[in-house]
Amino acid sequence: MSDVVLTANVLLEHEVGLHARPSVKLTKLAKTFSAAVEVSPGPDGPWVDAKSIVKVMATRAPKGTILHFRASGETAQAALDALVKLVEDDFETGTGDTD
Amino acid sequence: MAQVGRQAEMRKGRAASPGLASGPVVALEATAIRAEATTVRPADPAAELARLAQALEDASVQLSVLIERVDEDAAEMLEFQLAMIEDEELSAPAVAAITGGTAAPVAFEAALDAAIAGYLASDDDYFRARSADLVDIRNRVLRLLSAPGAAEGSQDPKGAILAGVDITPSRFLETDWSEGGGIALAEGSPSSHVAMLARARGVPMVTGLGALDAAKRVTAIVDGETGTVWFDPDAAMQAQHEALRTRRAREAGAARAYLDKPARTACGEPVSVMVNIAEPDEVDGIDPAHCDGVGLMRTEFLFHGPGGLPDEETQYRAYRKVLEWAAGRSVTIRTLDAGGDKPVPGLTIAEANPFLGCRGIRLSLLRPGIFRIQLRALARAAVHGNLQVMLPMVSQPDEIERAGGLFDACIEELRAEGIEAVRRPPLGIMVEVPCVAITPERFLAADFFSIGSNDLTQYVMAAGRDSAEVADIGRADDPAVLALVEATVRAGEAAKRPVSLCGDAGSDLAVLPKLLARGLRRVSIAPAALARVKASIAAMRLDADG
Repeated sequence: MSDVVLTANVLLEHEVGLHARPSVKLTKLAKTFSAAVEVSPGPDGPWVDAKSIVKVMATRAPKGTILHFRASGETAQAALDALVKLVEDDFETGTGDTD
Repeated sequence: MAQVGRQAEMRKGRAASPGLASGPVVALEATAIRAEATTVRPADPAAELARLAQALEDASVQLSVLIERVDEDAAEMLEFQLAMIEDEELSAPAVAAITGGTAAPVAFEAALDAAIAGYLASDDDYFRARSADLVDIRNRVLRLLSAPGAAEGSQDPKGAILAGVDITPSRFLETDWSEGGGIALAEGSPSSHVAMLARARGVPMVTGLGALDAAKRVTAIVDGETGTVWFDPDAAMQAQHEALRTRRAREAGAARAYLDKPARTACGEPVSVMVNIAEPDEVDGIDPAHCDGVGLMRTEFLFHGPGGLPDEETQYRAYRKVLEWAAGRSVTIRTLDAGGDKPVPGLTIAEANPFLGCRGIRLSLLRPGIFRIQLRALARAAVHGNLQVMLPMVSQPDEIERAGGLFDACIEELRAEGIEAVRRPPLGIMVEVPCVAITPERFLAADFFSIGSNDLTQYVMAAGRDSAEVADIGRADDPAVLALVEATVRAGEAAKRPVSLCGDAGSDLAVLPKLLARGLRRVSIAPAALARVKASIAAMRLDADG
């Protein structure tokens, strides 16, 4: 079923929380997937579109928040994996070549 | 020069960029366009929606162009603004209002003002500060709605003096300086990025003038040599300015006579004068015969683009361009100096105290994947001229060996790939961390030393470069800084390692004689300062110690 909703969560350790630079990176990455992706600062929402920087900034998630993602559509699992890795790597990835 | 006339006033601040400018005052804080004044009742919501879409599109294009041209700090700020503008959610409330019959400027202003109020209401300092970006976005889009295609500053009169509390890099870069003009700031600092941009562009600038009611001023004279600004000058002040301008023009004319000659002091001592450049295109405006090469080519510009980190080919072309321009003169290229006040998204690490953290060579060694791309490009470019490669922020002798080892490995790798046109250039270091200047003899694995006087001074004096309050403490001619310069020069002489200096101290005419008196014979300076510095060297007698 293509309507199945996948979820994942990850601890946000970035020093100033989900601020401008991490939000730019997160939304840019989310937009590379066709899947619908939402993010929330808690398991019960509020869920917002992870492709909208206006919405993502509005969550104002501070350091120590457990970010929850949910995705549906064809590339849902790949999108979740990539987003979780971005947060785990403290938003340092995406350069393609670090080690 | 006391106050004469009704409104005339002389202010003393800090000289941030030399030169003399006179012109009409544009108040920086008053340039925001308010929607109410520019709006008529719209007839056609569809046309209003199209107008807003066009303004947003133009704003995106303007920001994308600017991001290519500014330093990392500014680029990061603008990337955020660009992402916000491109997000339909930002203008969604405005679109709804326009559909209901509201004019585009009124609708967009209301939508942004609501968003700004939301950011300002946050109890988090960081989020409150981002409201400034939303104000920038609001102003940019409103300006484009009232004058399609207009860039910030495009309505400035020619040769305007921009006056206000502070100025953003984007405002500086969008201003047309071709007809002159200057900058007078209540706050700001001569060490700020805008001040560096102003010096490179030859725009007179004075900072730290104290509260000034810029909106009420009509004209001003900015003297970036002495840090003086005359607001609404009376006839006597204007006559004085005219006389000063004539004298400076005569001096500049005389200085230009020194441009194409090698620099030599009055007592006959030759001094090598090179230029600092931040982008390869800068050399297009410089005659290579006017300098002894490039003493510092920064490479941070490569990492500004929206496409992320640059590939080897992009870097190779940028380095080769400058080497070919130099036509055999020495070109010193500094490997990426990210971190500190120059974060690169996706590369640098967020730190509580970035100036004492993972910046320069420390970061490059931590991210060898990215460093190797740069070293490969440098090895390939080296065959096109007289290249030297310089490592920033070295503080441990083994950093030179590790970088050298990586360099050798890259060259072997290139040869294994069948690329034979490669060469291993000399590898030197910046002397900017005090430990190197205190014991330079431990760092002789370096082929040359280049004193970075800006960072050396801030580290020795514990006075941050961007703090106006401590600017007077962070002086490059403090006896402690000069002693370290001398120690570095002596160590270089003893071990036959060339020593140069590539900070702002080299073009500060009050400091330069003291540097030469301590044995320094190579400086690298902003291209705009070449004539001035060479002329002033010609008048110096080293035995007299400036």
